[in-house]
Amino acid sequence: MFSKILIANRGEIACRVIRSAKRLGIGTVAVYSEADEGALHTRMADEAVLIGPAAAAESYLNIDALLAAIAETGAEAVHPGYGFLSESAAFAEALAGAGVTFIGPPADAIAAMGDKLAARRIADDASVATIPGTEDAVDDADEAIAAAREIGYPVMIKASAGGGGKGMRLVWDESGLREGMSSAINEAVSAFGDGRVFVERFIEDPRHIEIQVLADGAGAVVHLGERECSIQRRHQKVIEEAPSPLLDEATRAAMGAQACALAAAVGYRSAGTVEFVADQQRNFYFLEMNTRLQVEHPITELVTGIDLVEQQFRIAAGEPLSFRQEDIGRNGWALECRIYAEDPARGFVPSIGRLSRYREPAASETCRVDAGVDEGSEISMFYDPMIAKLVTHGSDRPAAIAAMQDALDCYEISGVAHNSGFLNAVLGRSRFAEGRLSTAFIEEEFGERFDPTALTDEARAVLVPVAAVVHARLAARAGRISGQIEGLPPVRHTGAWVVDLGTSRHEVRIEEGADGIAVVDGEQMVLVASEWQLHESLFTGTVAGTPVTIQVRRRGTAVTLRWRGCETTARVRTPRAAELAATMPAKEALDLSRFLLSPMPGLVVALPASEGDTVQAGQPLAVVDAMKMENVLRAERDGRIVAVHAEVGDSLAADQVIMEFAAEE
Amino acid sequence: MDDILHTLEERRARARLGGGEARVERQHAKGKLTARERLELLLDDGSFEEYDMFVEHRSSDFGMAEQRVPGDGVVTGRGTINGRLVFVFSQDFTVFGGSLSEAHAEKICKIMDHAMRVGAPVVGLNDSGGARIHEGVASLAGYAEVFQRNVLASGVVPQVSVVMGPCAGGAVYSPAMTDAIFMVADSAYMFVTGPDVVKTVTHEVVTHEELGGAGTHTGRSGVADQSFENDVEALAETRRFIDFLPANNREQPPSWPTSDPVTRVERSLDRLVPANPNQPYDMKELIAKVVDEGDFFELKPAYAQNIITGFGRIGGSTIGIVANQPTVLAGCLDIASSRKAGRFVRFCDCFNIPLLTFVDVPGFLPGTDQEYGGIITHGSKLLYAYAEATVPKVTVITRKAYGGAYDVMASKHLRGDLNYAWPTAEIAVMGPQGAVEIIFRGSLDDPAAVEAKTEEYRRTFANPFVAASRGFIDDVIRPQETRARVARAFETLRTKRLENPWKKHGNIPL
Repeated sequence: MFSKILIANRGEIACRVIRSAKRLGIGTVAVYSEADEGALHTRMADEAVLIGPAAAAESYLNIDALLAAIAETGAEAVHPGYGFLSESAAFAEALAGAGVTFIGPPADAIAAMGDKLAARRIADDASVATIPGTEDAVDDADEAIAAAREIGYPVMIKASAGGGGKGMRLVWDESGLREGMSSAINEAVSAFGDGRVFVERFIEDPRHIEIQVLADGAGAVVHLGERECSIQRRHQKVIEEAPSPLLDEATRAAMGAQACALAAAVGYRSAGTVEFVADQQRNFYFLEMNTRLQVEHPITELVTGIDLVEQQFRIAAGEPLSFRQEDIGRNGWALECRIYAEDPARGFVPSIGRLSRYREPAASETCRVDAGVDEGSEISMFYDPMIAKLVTHGSDRPAAIAAMQDALDCYEISGVAHNSGFLNAVLGRSRFAEGRLSTAFIEEEFGERFDPTALTDEARAVLVPVAAVVHARLAARAGRISGQIEGLPPVRHTGAWVVDLGTSRHEVRIEEGADGIAVVDGEQMVLVASEWQLHESLFTGTVAGTPVTIQVRRRGTAVTLRWRGCETTARVRTPRAAELAATMPAKEALDLSRFLLSPMPGLVVALPASEGDTVQAGQPLAVVDAMKMENVLRAERDGRIVAVHAEVGDSLAADQVIMEFAAEE
Repeated sequence: MDDILHTLEERRARARLGGGEARVERQHAKGKLTARERLELLLDDGSFEEYDMFVEHRSSDFGMAEQRVPGDGVVTGRGTINGRLVFVFSQDFTVFGGSLSEAHAEKICKIMDHAMRVGAPVVGLNDSGGARIHEGVASLAGYAEVFQRNVLASGVVPQVSVVMGPCAGGAVYSPAMTDAIFMVADSAYMFVTGPDVVKTVTHEVVTHEELGGAGTHTGRSGVADQSFENDVEALAETRRFIDFLPANNREQPPSWPTSDPVTRVERSLDRLVPANPNQPYDMKELIAKVVDEGDFFELKPAYAQNIITGFGRIGGSTIGIVANQPTVLAGCLDIASSRKAGRFVRFCDCFNIPLLTFVDVPGFLPGTDQEYGGIITHGSKLLYAYAEATVPKVTVITRKAYGGAYDVMASKHLRGDLNYAWPTAEIAVMGPQGAVEIIFRGSLDDPAAVEAKTEEYRRTFANPFVAASRGFIDDVIRPQETRARVARAFETLRTKRLENPWKKHGNIPL
């Protein structure tokens, strides 16, 4: 085994790799960019080396800087994590050249699986089911149409060099195919500098299921079962689970066998993942092979009990696999949620900033958090906006889901917008509980935006009594302020109160008893038992006997409550105050359509329109650099610019006004 | 007897009707509550005892003899907020537009006198069209009587104004002299001369809202301390505000039990200050993590945002917090921030509220705007206020404390009781680069030499230890233990006794 390894990555995966290394007594070297100075992975590792400026191209993707760090520290092997250089054959070769072990597959396997057409050819040869389609790039529309007649519509046009949805077109008939070919080729040329496209059958209502494999390079190849990653948003995985609720044993075995056959065919070594697309009838087709550790690998670890990173170390060190296929069991169910710094209420725009509050749910046998941050860490614009991965385990799927919902309720994150409430809402959908997944699940269930303030009946039933109890505790304490005049009746905290949750109103009676506080809402009496204290941000206790954890944040006299993906502001008032409050006019929000607001924090790169200009809908108004992306902000409708409030080079806060338009004449 | 009681009830009912149903309806249609409804929300249930319900004006000119309404446009009396005594007046816009008559003014003066005598706060709810012009100079005299009492009460009992409707002309000067002004968005406005006069005299066209709305006064002029969405919100927050204040200048600030441990450690504060000295960070995170339960009542949050002022509690007792805000203008001192913080420091000092100051200040803002605007005079207000304050003063320097601004921000030299610094503190005459440029003016051309000297200056002065070696800093503390250290400091200062030399009053550079 190695005595020292270098982790050529950052964030949670660097921390994850360091944890296994430490357990095995292997020394660790972290690398970091200037933006990551003091980051958690640098503090966890035995040594940390600065490898360059914030931009990934100059640091985490800089092979020379990494080689220098390896030379400086004497690391014997390199774990690449995922992303960055993990699937770079050039990096694997450079390491080999320097006599350093790459903890991953051979360079030629990476290269072979990196080319989609080549991968498909190898898969076909290995009798792996592939999506019916053209084997080679098609040159023009006629060729594509001829091929589509064989394949059957609908078909998808895809760029050979593609990924991430670029250069892809779904077409339903011949005329659509004719039109789609030219635009797909153009897009492929501009996105990848490679205009080759191919055509294949489109799978309706698809599910994403992948098989984890381990190969020791000495002939042993095993699979560790599947993961289903169908819950995606814009091709980005959001929730994964193992096993898949879709598969039966026969399908599982068939997919596993094909995945192993493919790994063997490319001479694979280390951990890898064979991705399939499946339809709802369990027909499955090979998509691609990821020649690295996957983000979602922990769920496989939880159901198999095998530490994949440890296996990668052992294989890289030349050890043969110590178990055979039949030794690999499957215990219960595991779920992973990816916690992203993004704002679901605003179309999931990325969010950056300091984690002013960050408290993970307690780790346990049923709950694991893989994070690269702690409280006070910075989510920067330079890298992936994933904050952490929350993984839960249960004896069966409902138990794993319940554990996840509880864990999300306890997960406190502030300072950046994040999706934990959204994840909880996804888990709360009955369709999710029924396992009727597809890659279109989020789009079909939620659309492009998520409104956490839309309360479910279940949430209301919990949050009304909790708001009442929080208020009663605060009022009781206020009644103990010093300097009261004597002889007055005590300040009231029980009795009749009105709870306003957002726009809904609930008249309640609060009664204190030995077992807790009873909240009577109409006919319903709900007992709330909790040891909650006023300074705590988590209200834990039972509501009508059901254990709950609710995040409580006081804002002046109002209280914000979060639970199960719902978020609401509660105001508790005397009946008279509530009666008067009901007469207060609803304030009209500022007419924001008259303003161009920055949708995210960023830097003004260009302002192509200026004051006094008359602009047309769709015309670019400003270019804002955020998260290393240039975002072009366009006019939503025709209008005249009356004021420009930003200059090139300004840094913008989210919602900062960039331009103001004339009121409609 | 029954008859007499009946008459009493009848007359009370008539008084409670104010300006009559039609006017009450109009008040409601504007999204405003009536004077009495407002008092119901401000005070504890059933605690209000009204004074002078049957007072009427004594005017007979211009047909006023026929128009008499009991109460004369203002409801006055006393009640409690969480069991603590307060005196209140609430102008009734439904009666003569809430205009101020001689009798109306007398009612206000009476409760102010009572408040002074017993040492209890005065909360005024302003909603008035202005002077009762029918009464001429008698009305003006009424204003002046109120002003005089505002001044005499200043620093004796807390005075809070909630502007909930118009407040124009000379009337603005009563709230102006109180300790805090809250405004209701969209319905309150304050100005000395209204849009019509402005247009006649200066030809400027401006709306009521732009000239003197809540947005203008909380953001642009700094006249008001907070704005709230509506009457109900404003009164609920006023109750919360009163909970922070002592009843008078002879009492200690109130306290209540808290579950929040004073020894709470906040490890993330160790990394609050970024490695790059030019990168800002949000000082409000530090405040939220130091005060009890994260509960901070900020004053003037939208004005001079380069300094933060407001009330919090530590160990259940009120403290006032002043903090430079590095995210705005790098936290420098300028005219607006000096005035804002200077007034807040004096507010705290006159009511025995201990002061906690967080310092990250690169200096005073340079420029002709500032010099022509009188930064010398205005900057000295904050200096003066800190120097004269005798309440417990605890200071924590988190990062920069440069130049004269270091002296100003509750330094040891201004009788700071306990002055702490984080290890990231840089206490120096100026930043290393500027210092090297001046010390070696013209003699260093080689950038490497400049860099070396800058580094030497940084090593020598950009740390808290030089100041600590002189005793100007009592201790260098770990950021994560700030709450515990500050709490202990205030605990030991509880019995602090310090008096300024006898004087009629000092001559603060106004």
